[in-house]
Order: sequence, then C-alpha cells, then structure tokens
Amino acid sequence: MLAMDYRGPYRVRLEEKPMPRIEHPQDAIVRVTRSCICGSDLHLYHGMVPDTRVGSTFGHEFTGVVEELGPEVSNLQVGDHVLVPFNIACGQCHFCKQSLFGNCHEVNPHATAVGGIYGYSHTAGGYQGGQAEYVRVPYADVGPMVFPDWMDPDDAVLLTDVVPTGYQAAEMGGIQKGDTVVVFGAGPVGIMAARCAWLFGAGRVIVIDHFDYRLEFVKAYAPAEVYNFKELDDVVTFLKHTTDGLGADVVIDAVGGDAKGNALHTLFGNKLKLEAGSAIALHWAINSAKKGGIVSIVGVYGPTGNMVPIGNVLNKGLTIRANQASVARLLPRLIEHVRAGHIDPKALITHRVPLEDVADAYHIFAAKLDGCIKPVLVPGGA
Amino acid sequence: MSEARTARTPVDTSKIAGWGVDADPENDPTYPYRDRSRDHGLSTDWQRPTQQRSDVEVLQSIEYKHFPAVYGTTVPPRGVSGAIRRAAFRWSESHWLHWLMLMGADRVNVVEGLVEDLARGKVPNVPAEMGARAEWEHNRQGFLTKAAVFAGVSAGVVLLFRRSKG
Repeated sequence: MLAMDYRGPYRVRLEEKPMPRIEHPQDAIVRVTRSCICGSDLHLYHGMVPDTRVGSTFGHEFTGVVEELGPEVSNLQVGDHVLVPFNIACGQCHFCKQSLFGNCHEVNPHATAVGGIYGYSHTAGGYQGGQAEYVRVPYADVGPMVFPDWMDPDDAVLLTDVVPTGYQAAEMGGIQKGDTVVVFGAGPVGIMAARCAWLFGAGRVIVIDHFDYRLEFVKAYAPAEVYNFKELDDVVTFLKHTTDGLGADVVIDAVGGDAKGNALHTLFGNKLKLEAGSAIALHWAINSAKKGGIVSIVGVYGPTGNMVPIGNVLNKGLTIRANQASVARLLPRLIEHVRAGHIDPKALITHRVPLEDVADAYHIFAAKLDGCIKPVLVPGGA
Repeated sequence: MSEARTARTPVDTSKIAGWGVDADPENDPTYPYRDRSRDHGLSTDWQRPTQQRSDVEVLQSIEYKHFPAVYGTTVPPRGVSGAIRRAAFRWSESHWLHWLMLMGADRVNVVEGLVEDLARGKVPNVPAEMGARAEWEHNRQGFLTKAAVFAGVSAGVVLLFRRSKG
C-alpha cells in the first residue's frame, strides 16, 4: 500500500509499505477515505518531538471503511464507514473509566505521560498513522464510530481531532456567560475554540495571530475580534488595556511549541531544542489572563520543559487546565452541534490534496502558502 | 529501596480527628472532562485487555509497572540510532537526558535514512520531499531566493574545497 514516509525534518515522501495486519484480537484494518494534516503534525515535521523515527507514517485525523476485524471486535461490521478519534484507548483502564480517553494506560509502552496517538512518534506509542491507504486501528470497539448517513465525510474527519480539541479548549476554560475569552492561535484548533467559546456563553471573543488571512477567516467564522500581534507594541499590554486593565477571564493557548513572536523562545525552543518548543504563546496567555482567571492549554509541547512565568501563575491565582481532547467522550454532543448547524467543521478545509502529493501538502500547510488553513489528503480510490 | 520502605501502610481514617469534614465534591477542577461517577479515583485495578504478542523490539519506559496491552510495531530501533534509543530508556521520563538522547538519535537516524536510500540504489529527491513544487507554484520569489542561496553556498563550499586542496 502507499503511505506517507518521514525522512527527516522538513522531508516527507510517498512510499510503498507493507499492508497493516491484525496484531491484536481487538484490532480492525481500515481503508482510509480522508486524512488531514494536523497543526501538531508540523511539530513532527519540524523534528521537535523526541523519538520520531525515519520511516514513520504520520496522521491521526482520518476516516475510513472497515476492511477486516479481529475476533474480539463486536461493535463494528466490515464495510462500516467510521471516523477514528486520534487517541487510542482501551476503554477499561483506570483512566478510561474516568473518560480520560486521551490518557489511556494500556496503549503506549514508551511513555507513561503520553497516551497512544496514531502516527505521532514512538513517544506516543509507535503506531502507524492514517496518511496512508490502510491503517491498523487498535481497540476497535472503543474508539471508531460509525458516522451518521446525513454527515458529510469532510465534517466527520474534522470530528476526529480539530472540533473536539477546540471544543474542549473552550470547555476547560470554564467559560461563564459574559466572559471575555482570548484565543492565541488562528489555526484550525484556535478557530474552532473561538467558535465554541460562544456555545459556552462567552460575551467577547478575541483571537491573536500573525497571519492576516487566518485572522480574516476567524473574524467571519467564529465570529471574533482579531488582532495581529506583529502590529502591536506589546500584545499583553494591549489585551490588558482592552479589558479595562484587568485581563481576560479565560485565555486559550491553541498554538503550542511552534509559536512565533519571541526570538529567545525561537532560538531555545525551535532551533536549539533546549526547550520543548517555543512557549511564547503560553507565556502571553499567563500574563494576559485576569487575576483568578483560567488558562486552557491545548497547544502541543514536547515532554521536556519550557520557560514560562510560573511565578505569575501563583501570584495571579490562575487555574491552568490542559489535556489532549477526550474525543470519544465529546463525540455525541459534537454530532448534535453539527446537526443543529452550530458548528460547520468542513468550512475549515481549504485544500484537498491527493495522497501522492503529500510532500507538497505538508509544505503548503507548514509555510502557510496559498491561504491554507486545513489540508485534507485523499487516497486514490477513496 | 527496600520492600518495607515502599509498602503501603494502611491508615484507619476513623482515628484521624476531623477526617473529611471539609470535603466538597464540587471542588473539582477536573470537571467535566474527568468523570468520577463510574470510578471514584481510588481504585487502581482494572480487567486488563488481552496482551498483544509480537517479535518486534519495543522499548519500555521504566516508569511502568506493567507492559501495556497494546502497542505500535512500526520502525523498531536499529543501527546506531537504535543503540542510542535503547540507552536512553535506561533513564525515566523525568530525566532530560532521556529525551535529549532520543532527539540525538533522531538526528543520527536521518543520516542512516540517507545511507539506506543510497545502499538500495535510490537517490532521494530531497527538493521534492521538501515540497519544492508547491514552493514554485505558490511562492516563486521564495523559491528563487532559496535556490540562489543554495547555489551560492554550494559554490562557496566548492571554492573553499579547491583552495584547501591547492
């Protein structure tokens, strides 16, 4: 089968690889119909995630048709069209029993701190990703969901990560009616977090980024007030002044380790890899939150450490909430939102690219070319 | 550390004055993403899934008390990078050395990938792997600038090499 193949930082290509096979009685083999490139795939693409091995296939946002089932799978049938949550979860461990499906303890021998994620380095379990024609799906009774007939597959594929992660970012913010919410990052997750902030009753939503075309998109889509931090002398001071000098009730970091805006963080985090990515967005989030406010983190960082003003977290009495989205927990509610027209996931898709052109798709997305917000890879015959 | 030091000592909470008098179930910053209704968080036992069996080498964090039931079997460790990875797993996830060694192994692995390509007679098309076609289509000025810089640096290296030989 054909699959994306990582060759090193900034280098990917298409390769012929062996077909995946059932390796565990609860496995399924799925023929991929849609597979997105996620903003967090760019952390891998840029060589920022430890134990990203040459020869790996990325991709944790995908839909597909069930081709084969292991003997212990009972909830799926061959031929089902399923969306597959990005986190792999057993459904019965200490953490899954508490709906912490992103923190399963039965999926990743390489790290206790990280759950299992398709195609996200060996630090996240060493699984093959979905940027391929076929993929092995473990614990097939727990994660994959047959999506309703009325749902567009382009909506379904965004329910595997982008929508639940953006939604959980807003949910973890504990937004109360009338709250001012600031979102750092106008990528797909930031856009979705801004949209979902309204669902929780936000009174004002502000999005910060440095790409004008993305700010224009979220301004109309969320809708939101938008500001380009490159046009501001000091983004934190600006946010304080525009919130009566107090700061925002809730601040969401939807950027993670690829953040731009500070030379020191870029040097230490992105170039020298001495930090787990550039943490300037988190730094700004902490400093622009109101005293007693909440910082919600869904931006992805590596497992080492970052320079952030933790003293300000203490002195301002901030609450920090963070996690990988628990996709399986959120799906029923999010499907209701899509059906009701509260969320339009597929509107984020700007590029549909044949799997064969995966290298171009990565470059377009990483370099923010051609107005790219969300690229979807489509295997031949899908 | 001895077994005696690590063994749990049961505590009779009924003998602790005031135990639990200020407990407040609403004081839960993990709501709603942590559902404690099915498990109050103290039970640490669960019925383990069937254990996956494989001949592929899979490295394990020393922080685990058990080997997780399911795991990925892609790209097992091998070569120099594999040796570095095996060594890295002698340290826990809490040690920077663990992660820095894995990052170092990743860089070595890139060189190994090039060597493997050449060994099987495949010259990697690095510009295509880096999306040069997309750069040409959507950022022609950037493409030309990068091409000029690459050509200039290459010419400089060749000149330096020739001088050092002469």
